[in-house]
Amino acid sequence: MKLVFLISNKEFKSYFTSPIAYLLMAFFGLIFGFGLYTATRDVVRMGFQAQMMGQAQPTNLNDQIIRPLLGFASTISLFLIPMITMRLIAEEKKTGTIELLLTSPVQDLQIILGKWLGAMLLYLCVLGMSVINISLLFAWGKPDWKPVLVAYLGLILQGGCLLAIGEFISTMTRNQIIAGGVTFFVCLLLWLLSWFTAFDSGATASVINYLSIVTHFDNFAKGVVDSKDVVFYLSMIFFALFVTSRSMESLRWRS
Amino acid sequence: MIKVEGLTKRYARTVAVDNISFEVDKGQIVGFLGPNGAGKTTTMRVLTCFLPPTEGTATVAGFDVLENPIEVKRRIGYLPESPPVYPDMEVLEYLEFTGKLKGISSADIKKRVDEVLEKCAIGDVSRKLIGKLSKGYRQRVGLAQAIIHNPDVLILDEPTSGLDPKQIIEIRELLKSLAGNHTIILSTHILSEVEHSCERVIIISQGKLVAIDSVANLTNRLRGSESVALEVEAAGGSPNPSDVQQRLEQVAGVSRVMMKDSKDGRLAFEIESLQGRQIRSDLARSVVGAGWNLSELRPVGLSLEEVFLQLTTAEQKSGAPAESEAAKQ
Repeated sequence: MKLVFLISNKEFKSYFTSPIAYLLMAFFGLIFGFGLYTATRDVVRMGFQAQMMGQAQPTNLNDQIIRPLLGFASTISLFLIPMITMRLIAEEKKTGTIELLLTSPVQDLQIILGKWLGAMLLYLCVLGMSVINISLLFAWGKPDWKPVLVAYLGLILQGGCLLAIGEFISTMTRNQIIAGGVTFFVCLLLWLLSWFTAFDSGATASVINYLSIVTHFDNFAKGVVDSKDVVFYLSMIFFALFVTSRSMESLRWRS
Repeated sequence: MIKVEGLTKRYARTVAVDNISFEVDKGQIVGFLGPNGAGKTTTMRVLTCFLPPTEGTATVAGFDVLENPIEVKRRIGYLPESPPVYPDMEVLEYLEFTGKLKGISSADIKKRVDEVLEKCAIGDVSRKLIGKLSKGYRQRVGLAQAIIHNPDVLILDEPTSGLDPKQIIEIRELLKSLAGNHTIILSTHILSEVEHSCERVIIISQGKLVAIDSVANLTNRLRGSESVALEVEAAGGSPNPSDVQQRLEQVAGVSRVMMKDSKDGRLAFEIESLQGRQIRSDLARSVVGAGWNLSELRPVGLSLEEVFLQLTTAEQKSGAPAESEAAKQ
């Protein structure tokens, strides 16, 4: 475990020695802030209009702002995650430092877990930017904090899942751009899956729907922790990391 | 310390290493010599558990590379051809990372890092980003990484490539100071490198083992001494080969006389001198004095380069296992 943390720590730090971490955080912060601004503006405007027509209703910050906003965050993360994972293994392969890792007394699994954790930490930092915005709502309003936490849990699980898939894709090439591109494509596909089945029912549709990473986030966004979704995410993370370790092993046999 | 038996490594289409066996004793410095693409790097990668062998076994300190890779890796320090450094890390940071990766405890890490910084003479750049360092420094950082956990076995893939002559000498000195406690295998295609730092040489070519010998033997046999090709023709009737051989052996300074072949009454010999002796004029006088005709006398003094070329190209032509003098040390 010590080795896992050693590797994740190194990985996390190296994100901050290049501009990538700052770029992602700034990008996410900006877009999320813009989202917050539009959402609040609309809610406030609608509130005024309702008031003028004499049908004032108490605004529900959770339903009207936080929920769509964090749903929005889940969509943005689909775009950010390929940029986090593309370098994980591909860069090591390109620069030859993979030889250092694979000839050190470390198990493959420790390397993979360490790298995944490092990416996870950066992802948490990126998500952390949204906490600034959300806490503004807490400062001037009284949203219910429990569903917010649940939504964040969902974001973290969904992110962990996509990061693991991204790491797997990163083991398959030495070219970061390909790794990033393919990961982006896969993220997009997983997102689109939920569109195909939006108005369908039946066996195929429900299978596709189940596989879509984004649909499982919906419950979290509503503030509901369904064990089905948690199990889905955890098993996806486990599966993707397992496949990554197989891919690392085949790297030795093929190369 | 290192034992390789029947090692074969096949890639999809090519055989990189073909049935190689050798042993390296504790504390030896062994040079791994061969032209580009001979299979040096592949063999080293198998020894460091980076690649699994297709056939055969390799053990380091009694641990098999396939069955016990972690134990093997604990005992090995490896410097690949291009130093495996992270350009965006500081030297100090990098060495702490690699040291811990190799199992040095946090309590000892500072001491070990200081030691290797001094040993590899990189103390003055310890706070610089590795990406900003010159090739020579980067190579030394790579070497520092290989020795940081004080491994029993050091495997160095072309440790002096890209260094200037002064740095090469420094690395040689460093390697010599490490020998004794460490078993070192270094690969190179520069022959003088081997002469300077190795005790034994393993020559491979096209994935096959061509020769294992001590450096002293190789150079003595083929460079320090003079080697002469000589052909004798009888004036009348064919001379008795053993007579000729005996007479030649009596010439002062001759260490060895080998009969090469005889045809049409001509006898061809190859003669080696003791170290530093000039024997050609004496040979000529001796042959003529016996009443035979001297039809050819020509020096064939081989340099280590020529031995190397001969060994590595002869293999190609004949396909037969080339002479590996004193394969058992």
